Amino acid sequence: MARHRILIVEDSPTMRQLLVFALKRLKDVEIIEAQDGMDGLRKVSSDHFDLALVDINMPVMDGLKLISLIRGEDNLKDMPIIVITTEGAREDRERALALGANEYLTKPIQANKVLRVAQGLLKAE
Amino acid sequence: MSEKRDGLFARAEEVLSVFRRGAEFTQELLKENERLRRAVAEYQTQQLAASDEHAWEKLRCELIGRIQSLEGERDDMLERLRQIEGENRHFAERYLEIEEENNNLASLYVASYQLHSTLDLSEVVQIVVEIVINLVGAEIFAIYILDERTQVLSPVASEGRELGEFLPCALGQGMIGAAVATGETQTGDAAGPDDVERPLVCVPLRVQERPIGAIAIHKLLQQKDGFSALDHELFTLLGGHAATAVFAARLYSQSERKLNTIQGFIDLLTK
Repeated sequence: MARHRILIVEDSPTMRQLLVFALKRLKDVEIIEAQDGMDGLRKVSSDHFDLALVDINMPVMDGLKLISLIRGEDNLKDMPIIVITTEGAREDRERALALGANEYLTKPIQANKVLRVAQGLLKAE
Repeated sequence: MSEKRDGLFARAEEVLSVFRRGAEFTQELLKENERLRRAVAEYQTQQLAASDEHAWEKLRCELIGRIQSLEGERDDMLERLRQIEGENRHFAERYLEIEEENNNLASLYVASYQLHSTLDLSEVVQIVVEIVINLVGAEIFAIYILDERTQVLSPVASEGRELGEFLPCALGQGMIGAAVATGETQTGDAAGPDDVERPLVCVPLRVQERPIGAIAIHKLLQQKDGFSALDHELFTLLGGHAATAVFAARLYSQSERKLNTIQGFIDLLTK
């Protein structure tokens, strides 16, 4: 069984593949993909995850809504969340962090930066 | 008798005098001997001292030689340390370069993989849109496809603005038409996102010499300062692979249509 389970909630298959590519460099991880906020919520509610990477602009349910729902659950409120988004404005960052995101990364992302941040949060956990 | 006795006394006095002189002489000899012995001892001490000084000088020379040798070794060590520090810096820089190369290759691999993952034209266009948003970091852009019959480039997808705001253009005309006609990526003077005819950059999509379309980027995401080396690699990749993917999807779509038509005829004839 994998030591860490990571959930990627992202509607773009290109971004999902790039994130999987980056996170696969972590040892002993299992990566699960969700294609929108609702799919992410279903998965996070039924399984344990050590880390979630969440996009903001997604169909069905956006990332901010997903984060607020996750933080509303007692058993999920400590799960680290990394937001990965195109929104680079300071107020967007502050809003996401206020809702309970641990880190905020803007696109275009660098695989090694995602890896470093994920490693840091998994260690801190 | 008395004379004889006086003679004896005189002789005895003489003998005693001789003995006294002998004793004095002996005393003098003893003193001289003592003085000479002291002198010899002094000479011996001086000689020994002279001998130690020579040994000390020799030892001093050896120690100086050793110190010089150690200083030489220390200098060599410091030089080696400097070399190793230089090598470490070089390796650290190389590591960062390789890390960046690795990131770039990951992005290029993902872009290439996604572009060739479908034969549906609308999906190919959607993947190009995703690549330009997520990997290049563009906020306002449009994708144009060339109609080979009319030789007009028409926008088929856009981001950041409505598709209708981007105007079709003839091959060879304007910045976009010129980029597709020449096959050269054109960079504009950043006239601003409002000028749809003068994008920031226009990447032509071509299969060998055959023009297919273009990607016109008008504005980058606010957190992106400018184009990086990876962006130029992505433009090259998109210029070739996106064009091939679009071309293959169109061919597949045409062949599917023809196949359906032929199948329809066959069904009509065999019924």
